[in-house]
Amino acid sequence: MKLENTDALNALKAQSLKLIETRRVADSVSTKNAQGLVRHVMVCGGPGCHSSGSPRIAELLEEELERLGLSEQVKVFQPGCFGFCEKGPMIEIHPDNATYCEVSAEDVPTIVEEHFIQGNQVERLLYMDPNTRERFSTNLPFYDGQLRIALRNVGYIAPENILEYIAADGYQALAKVLFRMTPLEVIDVLKESGLRGRGGAGFPTGTKWEFTRRSQADQRYIICNADEGDPGAFMDRSVLEGDPHSVLEAMLIAGAAIGASEGFIYVRAEYPAAIHRLQVAIAQAREYGLLGTAILGSDLNFDIQLKYGAGAFVCGEETALIHSIEGTRGEPSVKPPFPAQKGLWGKPTCVNNVETLANIPPIILKGAEWFSSIGTEKSKGTKVFALAGKVNNVGLVEVPMGTTLRKIIFDIGGGIKQHKTFKAAQTGGPSGGCIPTKYLDTPIDYESLTAIGSMMGSGGLIVLDEEDCMVNIAKFFQEFTMDESCGRCTACRVGTKRLHEILTKITEGTGTLEDLDKMEKLCHIIKDTALCGLGQSAPNPILSTLKYFRDEYIAHIVDKTCPAGVCKSLLRYEITDKCVGCTLCVKKCPMNCITGSLKKIHVIDQERCLKCGACMEQCRVIGAINHH
Amino acid sequence: MCDTASTNEFAQKLDDYIDSLPFKKENLIGILHYAQEIYGYLPDNVQWHIAQKLDIPSAKVYGVVSFYSFFTMIPRGEHVVNVCMGTACFVRGGDKLKDELENQLKIKAGETTPDNLFTLETLRCVGACGLAPVMIVDGKVHGRMHEAQEINEVLAKYRPES
Repeated sequence: MKLENTDALNALKAQSLKLIETRRVADSVSTKNAQGLVRHVMVCGGPGCHSSGSPRIAELLEEELERLGLSEQVKVFQPGCFGFCEKGPMIEIHPDNATYCEVSAEDVPTIVEEHFIQGNQVERLLYMDPNTRERFSTNLPFYDGQLRIALRNVGYIAPENILEYIAADGYQALAKVLFRMTPLEVIDVLKESGLRGRGGAGFPTGTKWEFTRRSQADQRYIICNADEGDPGAFMDRSVLEGDPHSVLEAMLIAGAAIGASEGFIYVRAEYPAAIHRLQVAIAQAREYGLLGTAILGSDLNFDIQLKYGAGAFVCGEETALIHSIEGTRGEPSVKPPFPAQKGLWGKPTCVNNVETLANIPPIILKGAEWFSSIGTEKSKGTKVFALAGKVNNVGLVEVPMGTTLRKIIFDIGGGIKQHKTFKAAQTGGPSGGCIPTKYLDTPIDYESLTAIGSMMGSGGLIVLDEEDCMVNIAKFFQEFTMDESCGRCTACRVGTKRLHEILTKITEGTGTLEDLDKMEKLCHIIKDTALCGLGQSAPNPILSTLKYFRDEYIAHIVDKTCPAGVCKSLLRYEITDKCVGCTLCVKKCPMNCITGSLKKIHVIDQERCLKCGACMEQCRVIGAINHH
Repeated sequence: MCDTASTNEFAQKLDDYIDSLPFKKENLIGILHYAQEIYGYLPDNVQWHIAQKLDIPSAKVYGVVSFYSFFTMIPRGEHVVNVCMGTACFVRGGDKLKDELENQLKIKAGETTPDNLFTLETLRCVGACGLAPVMIVDGKVHGRMHEAQEINEVLAKYRPES
């Protein structure tokens, strides 16, 4: 059914509203008023919950409801990520405002019986605050202080149904752009909103669009960069899987504003679920005439093709990405010329990140002023972070720019796992740095993160505790950039390898103090001379750890110890006089290098010890085996 | 690896796919994805065939294949075991998981067991950071893999019953 004009779109929206009515009233109406509505069970289909079996739970729920003849009154949906991955698989029931955590397949009969037949909440599955032991059926503390703009529909609508997206104001921004705004007005709104690229560098989106529009050409292209390669980041994936139409709509808006008729989504081949959702979304948009010719009866012609990445981190860099779409090795090229002047097949091209695009429809609908009222002076709106590592509440959080790390890690994130001590937060992935405790209260935005030696990056936020060795973390990222360096420029190809060698030396206890100076000098050379962003930012993890955790480097070099007890070569396992002589460790040692008989203190042969830690894992007496 | 009949059938499928594309040279990466899907890997003769079909130097095809980590020139085992080496898994013991898998399978990452049953590989982040550290067998994610025993149990599910 092709939508011929805005009226047809609005009529379809009016018709489709009933699809999400239950969820809409859930926000405003008390449970009593909502009686008689079909209940909606939303089973989180985010990457984490999906991996821990949520599709099976949804299936079982449907079977059980069917068996009890409730399938007319209760509908089961699998939307995108709820964000609270730590407590997955999660289920939300509308309009009853009940959220169940860590649901397993075995819980399904109980949920159906207690919740739907008896009408009681299943107390034991409600979220419990680990400190106060208070149960929450709704308004979980995890969501306090969060503001969902890019993720507004993720976890809320069924991603494979275009009608649900249309019911949730979908494609209204496109209609506004096509019939009530000129292309220049669209660009002005974006410029005034202060939206900046969410892929990492933070270039103003409106300005990028303006540059591309100004370049004279017979064809221009729009590219959506969905090559999310930062290890530990999955925000783009969640948007693509949970709300694919918002990306399509934003690309259409870009097409109208810039004057392009073709768009490409460059998506990782490692995200098969996201690819599937995009394929479904594109097919549906074509069916409704929202992609194709004379869209909504306007003069806009626009279509979108999917292009698959093939596992190269450097392809997140826009010129490398363009080369990859052209079917060649994804090596970056020197800028200028910028893609806005000479991009895909030599034509002006605008490359935007997934999260950036997902912000655009609400900006068009609600206006630049609304968006720019959120955030800090220079960074507007919100940012999605993939919060992970040694934090209690791992998950996807979207917070206004300017929120402090303390708020994200200790309030939303619920603090450090097992009551250990916070050591650092790593932002920006392999291009970013480690932020120490003293900056926990810095309001985070593009500028403040750069000022303290890290960067926003795509939004990975890894929390490190006392048991993480900062030298080893720097080495981990260096190994990553060394592997992913495309090899085009010497600074990055050779430089990252030399840095990795020096770090390996230090973690093995053979580093010298001169190595630190050498490394620092080399870092600055690479920063100044590498061709693209990957190389220029590759030294950041080393520079920031050298700046804030120099004492750890020195401990490795001078004292030959690893303070966090991570670097194997520097570890020494010793059995103390607390040993009761149970011979457990003797039996478990793979090298047979522990000697000792029953009830006598055992001894480790240091020459032969592999430092595998098997003895310590087995030992049942606290303090009988130490490592330092 | 494959007999002649199925090789011919694969080649025919690949040719049909290439013929169906409006733009061919520009779609090299898409063609390689398709070829890897049917052959399981990209041996020299397949690369050579694609080069001839698209009328481009085979060095160019090889250049692209060797550039992207998703493409492999060595056949994989029956089951592919991946260890996530993303940062979140790394700080929660991803490297220990990798060591343990290498130990249990008696191969290094990137290798295949002599019985051709398992290939061990590493990848970067599957977005299941809440379950870190994770291992992925044939696309199925197994989370919070800390104990050698748990790892052994997962692998056992993929071993033929003896």
